[in-house]
Amino acid sequence: MSTHAATHDDVHHDDVPKGFVHRWLFATNHKDIGTMYLVLALVMFFIGGAMAMVIRAELFEPGLQLVQPYFFNELTTLHGLIMIFGAIMPAFVGLANWQIPLMIGAPDMALPRMNNLSFWILPFAFLLLLSTLFLPGGAAAGGWVMYPPLVLQSGESLAFTIFAIHLMGISSIMGSINIIATILNLRAPGVDLLKMPLFVWTWLITAFLLIAVMPVLAGAVTMLLTDKYFGTNFFNAAGGGDVLLYEHIFWFFGHPEVYVMILPAFGVISEVIPTFARKPIFGYKPMVYATASIAFLSFIVWAHHMFTVGLPVGAQLFFMYATMLISVPTGVKVFNWVATMWKGSMTFETPMLFAVAFVILFTVGGFSGLMLGLVPADYQYHNSYFVVAHFHYVLVTGAAFGIMTGVYYWLPKWTGHMYSERWGKIHFWLSVISVNVLFFPMHFLGLAGMPRRIPDYNVAFADWNMVSSIGGFVFGATQLIFVGNIIYSVYFAKSRAPARVWEGARGLEWEVPSPAPHHTYSTPPEIRPGMLAHGDVAH
Amino acid sequence: MSQQAGAYYVPHGSRWPIIAAVGLFIFMWGAAHWLDGIEPEGPLLLAAGAAILIFMFFGWFGEVARESMKGLYSDQVDLSFRMGMMWFIFSEVMFFGAFFGALFYSRGLQVPWLAGEGHGALTNLYLFRGYTGGWPTNGPDAIGGVFQTVPPWGEPLINTLILLSSSVTVTIAHHALRDGNRRRMLPWLVATPILGMLFVFLQAREYMDAYTHLNLTLHSGIYGATFFMLTGFHGLHVTLGSIMLWVIAYRAWRGHFSKEHHFAFEAVAWYWHFVDIVWLGLFLFVYII
Repeated sequence: MSTHAATHDDVHHDDVPKGFVHRWLFATNHKDIGTMYLVLALVMFFIGGAMAMVIRAELFEPGLQLVQPYFFNELTTLHGLIMIFGAIMPAFVGLANWQIPLMIGAPDMALPRMNNLSFWILPFAFLLLLSTLFLPGGAAAGGWVMYPPLVLQSGESLAFTIFAIHLMGISSIMGSINIIATILNLRAPGVDLLKMPLFVWTWLITAFLLIAVMPVLAGAVTMLLTDKYFGTNFFNAAGGGDVLLYEHIFWFFGHPEVYVMILPAFGVISEVIPTFARKPIFGYKPMVYATASIAFLSFIVWAHHMFTVGLPVGAQLFFMYATMLISVPTGVKVFNWVATMWKGSMTFETPMLFAVAFVILFTVGGFSGLMLGLVPADYQYHNSYFVVAHFHYVLVTGAAFGIMTGVYYWLPKWTGHMYSERWGKIHFWLSVISVNVLFFPMHFLGLAGMPRRIPDYNVAFADWNMVSSIGGFVFGATQLIFVGNIIYSVYFAKSRAPARVWEGARGLEWEVPSPAPHHTYSTPPEIRPGMLAHGDVAH
Repeated sequence: MSQQAGAYYVPHGSRWPIIAAVGLFIFMWGAAHWLDGIEPEGPLLLAAGAAILIFMFFGWFGEVARESMKGLYSDQVDLSFRMGMMWFIFSEVMFFGAFFGALFYSRGLQVPWLAGEGHGALTNLYLFRGYTGGWPTNGPDAIGGVFQTVPPWGEPLINTLILLSSSVTVTIAHHALRDGNRRRMLPWLVATPILGMLFVFLQAREYMDAYTHLNLTLHSGIYGATFFMLTGFHGLHVTLGSIMLWVIAYRAWRGHFSKEHHFAFEAVAWYWHFVDIVWLGLFLFVYII
């Protein structure tokens, strides 16, 4: 059996499967599956974005203009669920699918058929979730966190929403198992763990987080399901249960989930900044250890989402101090990015622009997070627009900018053509200005006392809401440029991209031609000095 | 067929994953309809989804078994499968962790708080005056009425012994397989799922007894909820594990496994040990303490 070590059983390496069904529905190729993940994420980004546009339009001025309050609540709930589980997570999994095998010299993902299953579950999961909009009683409207007892008052939508979340969880767990097996088992000889690109490292740790917490979310929503449909009393104080039990379990999932959405972005940024500063990353190993520390700490800080629920003071103090600790490894990362740029020969192509904006704006989101992590301060900010400002800085100018950085950086490798640098820069400048017009005023609104998740508000908040909405409309429209630029690069661009798309780029993915052939590395590549970005270069 | 020594193995495309995704969707869609009382669509969709999933399991696993026996899988592929199974079991551990967490939190914190301990004093004073907590409990409103718990030293103890011996039998079978002794392997391997099914049977009897004689139901406050959800999900896993063991026994009988190559056997054995260990946690924290 094991005399001939390995083979490809019937498809020749350069063959692209013929026909739509064979290529996409029966796909096992990591590049095709990565493409499908990225396209799904883009579609979901626009669906969730359209909901955000309606929300901002309603909040343009005080009073109820466009939508009914219940529908507004449905929109905020679905916007959150879709952006988290439908846009950001699949986009990062798409980047992982495309890039990890290329970056470690693997032929494909370790379990290619399971890879297909973990993708194809997702469109169905979102069909299930979005179908709730048309059910009697409307979609789930208790916020994406689905706190009981409020969410238990949902109509028919609750079962559909919960099963959709189960499906997303199954998909994430299978995707993560695949990523871990790929990284640990399929590295080419010579790509040692501490020579791996940082994007691969951050994904290894992210995948571990996902396997650890998605089942916990499944457990939490299953308890909601049995409380509503089978008469259990998990969250009913009269039966000895406690609504806070849900919040504890949910945030035990929820806080690592936050890092699931940001760690791969850290990885992308750690690839892009050295390329355009033309210097190796400053402090490679501390970057790895910082990522691992952040992941570990993410398991012991969950209750900082619940400071105002009436926890014992000792518990509040513990969670506050643990939260403050996270700023240490995060500070290491930001410091190392800046130190990488220090005295580098920098150029500012679109990916680098997004990466620099990421470092600055993510730090803004990090600082507002520190403010929220302080117990006495949180009593003031809790459930206000300050929270909305905070997590949009880390998720839009953090995670989403990280994804855009990665897409611009690797798009020429995927398509074989350059995107339009000019339109890329226009996309960047419009985005970075409008996103601050959109989210920065929310800090002021929150500090002044405007609560989140409301369709109408006191006239005192009118000015900044209008400013924020204008920023929102511009930011939303600007993303059409992004789509246009991707379509241009895929179908219309004339100029061929070289194998090493960026002058300063190092790593295995730049050793294969652009576009990367349908099957790369049918045999493990031979690693020569200078091919890897880390490990065989002087630091 | 390009057979190239030292090359990586990549499987060809497959229709099974998309069938699995569609089956899973129809199954979940039907389950949601049924819960909302939309009939007959709910049960019909659920049944259709289950049928597709069963068809898919036969098809997909059958294909993998055939490919494996053709010798297509390298040691590297074998290791990927092993990692996949290990991390899958880890995810299952975390799933049970959520319910164990619920149990510890309710017993250790929320019930004492409802009874007025610590910072729960005012809740007790204003809402639940006179509630003294303790465990087992069905809460201040005694939801579900007075109930008794299942005594641990009767059937649960027998069930513990059954599961522990089934872990022994599957290990003996594994050793026999590694020695290439098929005649010794088969009876021990078949004994394992029989013990598993005996466990499920006794568990079902215990449930009936709880419902009819002890008045311990799913509605019996937080105790009933944690008791039935923990033991219920565990029982479901024993049932699944037993089915997996029957499949493995059938494949072993057909001579699918060699001394060196029997990953499917080992994966199921790992799963069985995992189910066993979860039971020990249950026996200790749900029944005894």
